[in-house]
Amino acid sequence: MRRRQFLKMSCVLGAGVALCGLGVDLVPIEAWADEIKKIDRLKSARQTMSVCCYCSVGCGLICATDEKTGKIINIEGDPEHPVSEGSLCAKGAGIFQTTEANEHRLTKVLYRAPNSDKWEEKSWDWAIDRIARLMKEERDKSFITKNAAGQVVNRVETLAHMGSSNLDNEECWSITAWARSLGLVYIDHQARV
Amino acid sequence: MTNHWIDIQHSDCILIQGSNAAENHPISFKWVMRAKERGAKLIHVDPRFTRTSSKADFYAPLRSGTDIAFLGGMIKYIIDNNKIFHDYVVNYTNAPFLVDGKFGFKDGLFTGYDADKRGYDKSTWTYQKDAGGIILRDETLKNPRCVYQMLKAHYARYDLKKVSSITGTPEKDLKTVYEMFSSTGTKDRAGTIMYALGQTHHTVGVQNIRALAIVQLLLGNIGVCGGGVNALRGEPNVQGSTDHALLYHYLPGYLAAPRTSQQTLESYIKKITPSTTEAKSVNWQSNYGKYAVSLLKSWYGDAATKDNEFGYAWVPKADDGKDYSVMTLFDVMYAGKIKGMTVFGQNPACSIPNSNKVRAAFAKLDWMVHLNIFDNETASFWKGPGMDPAKVKTEVFLLPASASVEKAGSQTNSGRWIQWRYEATKAPGDCIYAGEAIIRIQNKLKELYKKEGGTFPEPILNMTSDGLAEKGGYDAEKVAKLINGYFLADVEIGGKQYKKGDCVPSFALLQADGTTSSGNWICAGSFAQDGKNLMQRRGKADPTGLGLYPEWSFAWPVNRRVLYNRASCDPTGKPYNPKRAVLEWKDGKWVGDVPDGAPPPLAAEGGKLPFIMKPDGVSSLFGPGLGDGPFPEHYEPLESPLARNLMSAQQNNPAILLYNSDKDMVASADARFPIVMTTYSSTEHWCTGAFTRWQTWLTEAMPQAYVEMSEELAKEKGIKNGDKVRVESARGKLECVAMVTPRFRPFLVNGKTLHQVGMPYNYGWRFPADNGDSANLLTPTVGDANAMTPEYKAFMVNVVKV
Repeated sequence: MRRRQFLKMSCVLGAGVALCGLGVDLVPIEAWADEIKKIDRLKSARQTMSVCCYCSVGCGLICATDEKTGKIINIEGDPEHPVSEGSLCAKGAGIFQTTEANEHRLTKVLYRAPNSDKWEEKSWDWAIDRIARLMKEERDKSFITKNAAGQVVNRVETLAHMGSSNLDNEECWSITAWARSLGLVYIDHQARV
Repeated sequence: MTNHWIDIQHSDCILIQGSNAAENHPISFKWVMRAKERGAKLIHVDPRFTRTSSKADFYAPLRSGTDIAFLGGMIKYIIDNNKIFHDYVVNYTNAPFLVDGKFGFKDGLFTGYDADKRGYDKSTWTYQKDAGGIILRDETLKNPRCVYQMLKAHYARYDLKKVSSITGTPEKDLKTVYEMFSSTGTKDRAGTIMYALGQTHHTVGVQNIRALAIVQLLLGNIGVCGGGVNALRGEPNVQGSTDHALLYHYLPGYLAAPRTSQQTLESYIKKITPSTTEAKSVNWQSNYGKYAVSLLKSWYGDAATKDNEFGYAWVPKADDGKDYSVMTLFDVMYAGKIKGMTVFGQNPACSIPNSNKVRAAFAKLDWMVHLNIFDNETASFWKGPGMDPAKVKTEVFLLPASASVEKAGSQTNSGRWIQWRYEATKAPGDCIYAGEAIIRIQNKLKELYKKEGGTFPEPILNMTSDGLAEKGGYDAEKVAKLINGYFLADVEIGGKQYKKGDCVPSFALLQADGTTSSGNWICAGSFAQDGKNLMQRRGKADPTGLGLYPEWSFAWPVNRRVLYNRASCDPTGKPYNPKRAVLEWKDGKWVGDVPDGAPPPLAAEGGKLPFIMKPDGVSSLFGPGLGDGPFPEHYEPLESPLARNLMSAQQNNPAILLYNSDKDMVASADARFPIVMTTYSSTEHWCTGAFTRWQTWLTEAMPQAYVEMSEELAKEKGIKNGDKVRVESARGKLECVAMVTPRFRPFLVNGKTLHQVGMPYNYGWRFPADNGDSANLLTPTVGDANAMTPEYKAFMVNVVKV
């Protein structure tokens, strides 16, 4: 939409506001205006390529990030993608609702103390200190150097890790390496289920 | 997938069995429909008539858990009617190999079964050999001990009548499917099989896939354009997470995880590198020692030296033959033996079978660390149904993570394309990358072990963290380079110079002497030697015209788009189907896709067999590698409507692991639970709904748990569409809405009417309110004999109106 068309549309909306007192339902018009504003913002938005986070077809996404706020304002299918050719399914098309636009997103470290009935907000530093301390205590206590047959095993059987095939390759690899450095053998994730 | 999504369009006949691609991989269906526009036929085999069935040229129903009977009947049909692709079967499979004289099969058991161990001694599952160790073969395929004749004898029992009485598929429907699909056993036709969790979620899951592979090998459909056995994987990066071994039994790149019997690096490498007496076999796995050492170098860097076996002692060793997979993990946890657990991006409280057992097991932990983008039933288990928070001792950490669009990094699709994505915005609040969370924990542990000492600190102190971070923070591209691998010294290989610090452009260049590193050999080549990230490529060139798009992202291995592609050519290197030539031997070199092995075709001088990952160089109709038999055999699910397997005296797969906790009740052929049940997903939800149940656009369309049932069953039970019902198994129960639909029809099994119902596994108690709970409250703790994939797809329930 060109700027002139947009201004023309704004005038129509101005008239709409005047009608408000007459009991005319303006919700659809306001929603339309929001869409128009969004289209205008999209023109200046930064475009970033991503890949859908659901099934493994790996459909291409274009994320539009508002230059001013730095926030994602739109996500749509990438027409250049040779597999998806711009198409997305219901989940992929709704991926915007995984962003911070969704009020249910976790944004704070939460902690539930033993026998407590509630979450408490904590800082990352506090959580990392506590988690590392618990891991070290358990590992030092339960590490098995040799099994009953006298073979060297260098493992710990009281710690376990699960997940995730929703993480990126580089994250998966880092977790695999880290879990082995602790001596874990109980390692599994969605690939088996 | 042996092939890739776009390749489906080239198929002449598409068999979808154990998948509802139209609803669960909707965009894949674009390529199915394109094949149909070309005239291809689509067959759907499934217990339920779905949107996939509605687009099929032919739909055949089958009772859940009977795929091997169905496919065994197809194998028999192909052999009896001589529909095999003869040239392919003789040259590229082990059909001519003569099987050891002591090998046999009787009434459901292969030779070597040990009932106490619930497993096989596989010493007779071998071939006859000459004095030089060369496998004896009969290329006429007439010798009664050759694999082809053994296969024929094994499936002689799978006649239409017997198969129909087991599967509930009408005989004429079986015949139609067999005729349609076996028409692809010719040079100019290609058939593909698309499958998903409907095949793997069984106590015979791996043998289901083996049966698919046998069908495709007999028809010459592996390696060819429009062919293949194609797994439609259900998670965005389940290919990559498997490649990188978030599994106890592998290290990255499918190198077997070390076991206690492999006390030295030498003994480990010996174990993972098979030898062969077949002169024409490439036997690529003989290189695994190079990949193992390069992995250790990527983990431990300079601390890994020849003198300390590159740090091999620091890698944990699992006991030989012992299972540590998820159901065993929760069984041990339920027994109180696991104290601390990290759960990243997964919701086991709803996704693992027998959820009551899983949720009770969580309460036995001292602590749990969970990382995710939304809360879920796992993080909040302590306030779930039946839990008294005051009695749950577990300390729980819920860490906020960045969502996919807020992250840079790569993800591997089912066609093995490793695609890069970019960070579109900073994640909100205190959300960070999962990778960053790991680095912070790792660095804190290093700090503690340095300061305080502790038990066996070497692996923690020596494991790389510099390799993961730039300026102190997690850096995906740096990790990706470490995964790809570096030259660690200036070297000359094949007359070409490589400098220390260069990226390794192909795994063929990896070394076993510590001069290279590679965190996962199959990804070597995802960066060019100069460090260019090939996963970011968006080139649309299509030189073959077949939609391989070799300049779009990077496909492992070595950018090959169709696996086993040399089998698409005859022994002289000419494509069997020149109209869809994925590869061709021309003027002394391979042209087309990246060939599956550089050597010339079989009949040329120095020629090699096409299945380079198999020690014998050919594909396996006889598969002695598995734990439950070299040929797939029909067994009933652990919970079955039948008191007796109609095929043999063995009711269940004799090699499955059984659990005996007080939460592991089983009710087979039990009048209290007369209905077969299966579970599945919907388009609008993903897995347990842990992301999608928090999204109004999706919950509006699919708001709550339901059980689908036939009109006939509903009538029998006095249930109307929309009624509230209780679904109950031997392990648990839940209430949900009844969906009465003609999509399920009663089966005629062993002469009797049998009902089947189905439920989506997308729900859980946490959110939205009153959406229901997990279908896995009902499922049994039992899995496949080889892969331990749970039997989510076939078990017994009852349904009553509330």
